[in-house]
Amino acid sequence: MTTTVLDSVTLFRRDITHAVRFPMMTISGIGTASFFLLLFVGVFGDALGADFLPADGGRYVDYIAPGIILMAAGTGTAATAIKVNQDMQEGLIARLRTMSIARMSVLTGQVVGSLVRTILSVVLVVGVALALGFRPSATPLEYLAALGVFAMLTFALTWIAVAFGLATKTVAGANSLSLILQFLPLISSAFLPTGSMPGGVAWFAEHQPYTPIIETLRGLLMGSGIGDSAWWAVGWCAVLATVGFFWSRALYNRPRGA
Amino acid sequence: MTAIEVSGLRKAYGKHTVLDGIDLHVAEGSVFSLLGPNGAGKTTTVEILTTLQAPDAGRIIVGGHDLTKDPEGVRAAIGVTGQFSAVDNILTGRENLQLMADLRHLGKRAGRQRVADLLERFDLVEAAGRPASTYSGGMRRRLDLAMTLVGTPRIIFLDEPTTGLDPRSRHTMWQCIRELLAAGTTIFLTTQYLEEADQLADRIALLNGGVLVAQGTPAELKRLVPGGHVRLQFSDPAGLDFAAARFTDGTRDDDALTLDVPGDGGVSSLRTLLDRLANERVEPDGLAVHTPDLDDVFLALTATPAASATSATSAKESVR
Repeated sequence: MTTTVLDSVTLFRRDITHAVRFPMMTISGIGTASFFLLLFVGVFGDALGADFLPADGGRYVDYIAPGIILMAAGTGTAATAIKVNQDMQEGLIARLRTMSIARMSVLTGQVVGSLVRTILSVVLVVGVALALGFRPSATPLEYLAALGVFAMLTFALTWIAVAFGLATKTVAGANSLSLILQFLPLISSAFLPTGSMPGGVAWFAEHQPYTPIIETLRGLLMGSGIGDSAWWAVGWCAVLATVGFFWSRALYNRPRGA
Repeated sequence: MTAIEVSGLRKAYGKHTVLDGIDLHVAEGSVFSLLGPNGAGKTTTVEILTTLQAPDAGRIIVGGHDLTKDPEGVRAAIGVTGQFSAVDNILTGRENLQLMADLRHLGKRAGRQRVADLLERFDLVEAAGRPASTYSGGMRRRLDLAMTLVGTPRIIFLDEPTTGLDPRSRHTMWQCIRELLAAGTTIFLTTQYLEEADQLADRIALLNGGVLVAQGTPAELKRLVPGGHVRLQFSDPAGLDFAAARFTDGTRDDDALTLDVPGDGGVSSLRTLLDRLANERVEPDGLAVHTPDLDDVFLALTATPAASATSATSAKESVR
């Protein structure tokens, strides 16, 4: 167990060195989320918000900021999938597999690194949202809970992204697969309430994992009702993390060429 | 002592058999070379012996550990340098080595010392602070090998360590391998270069189509194929005529004044030849033993039925 922690820390340090030396991927993750924020608030904001926001001054930026913040978790996963895939291609993972090191530390180091990177990047996205007029009404405790929700989702998505990185044969493939995680929020309650969508789409948006997580975060930050969304959010994250973890582990231990 | 013991190793991907019952025996402190053309199963063998792939059948002992029962024990005893330099391009040379030192739990001070020693030994001191992505092919291979050596493994697997290197880098690599050997390390080397196996290996196994077609010292292998001869050099045509009349199986070259007498180059056949020369009172100026080189062995033993139907020259060209 101690060697697992020790080796994970070593590989986590490697991941951070990568992020510092080659910040483009982290930046592009932040950039995508900020871009969506600007697009929806600045360009579509008035038209979209007028449809469903109460006339007494509910603001669209306050409605979508929580969803965009969670989108940053998705965009961060592209970097993870690509990095894992690169390690695979360059033979580094094969090298580590022939060494007597804690088996899962290669992946856990990567996941912890991604978690730290994504959380740092979300701070910047929140900064952009604040600059655009986002005014959360949360108490310190609610902020902490919101951070917890974000970390929980990032953790789950990162494990899925690691599996994507291991499952694909090329960097391009890894990137394409991770697009699912990045753009899934588009069909959720992130930008519009699901009730305003046509039948089939509304059903999907209501039942996909992002929606309860977004509702939970929005509830925490803006004081809107959470209801049973919190339980769904925890449930979805637990399921995704578990699937991602065991899928990654199976792929990592899979013999090469098979 | 045996470093690697393999018996009945089999591996197939679906219906495609890659290794069809391989037996290997590698003595501790020796260089063993697995030689074969592309697709012969060399890399698969290395990947199985280094725990990257599971064998379908066979008993494998590496460094005293049973591979299927104790893969972790095997991993602790070995170092692997694969076909493609597995270095971290974003990290510097020093950081790459330090990463290995940390993963081997060498401790802060010992780790740093080991990294410094290896940078020195592999002539990477100047480049130590640069990212590995800026390294030349030869430097990357040296860094790769240095990373493998951080943990001082007793057994080292080198999968085509010089493929794609220029002659100078290749010789540097050979020097590194000889130094390892001098330090008592066992080396399992795969290569498609016959010269490399000839230069470095104590024993060679020829792998073709998933089967070992021959195994032995370079000299033993060379004696397996016909084509060896002893060249007798004469100073005048009369001497050559005299000899040619007595050695009717020889091939004479009137311009060079030589007579090639068939022989495998072994000591006993050479002694017989010398006795016969004395008895017949043939007195050549000089004598040279020509054993077939590994190229001949390789081609003779790995020729597919289709290829062997063509002439030796064209077969040679098609292999290259």
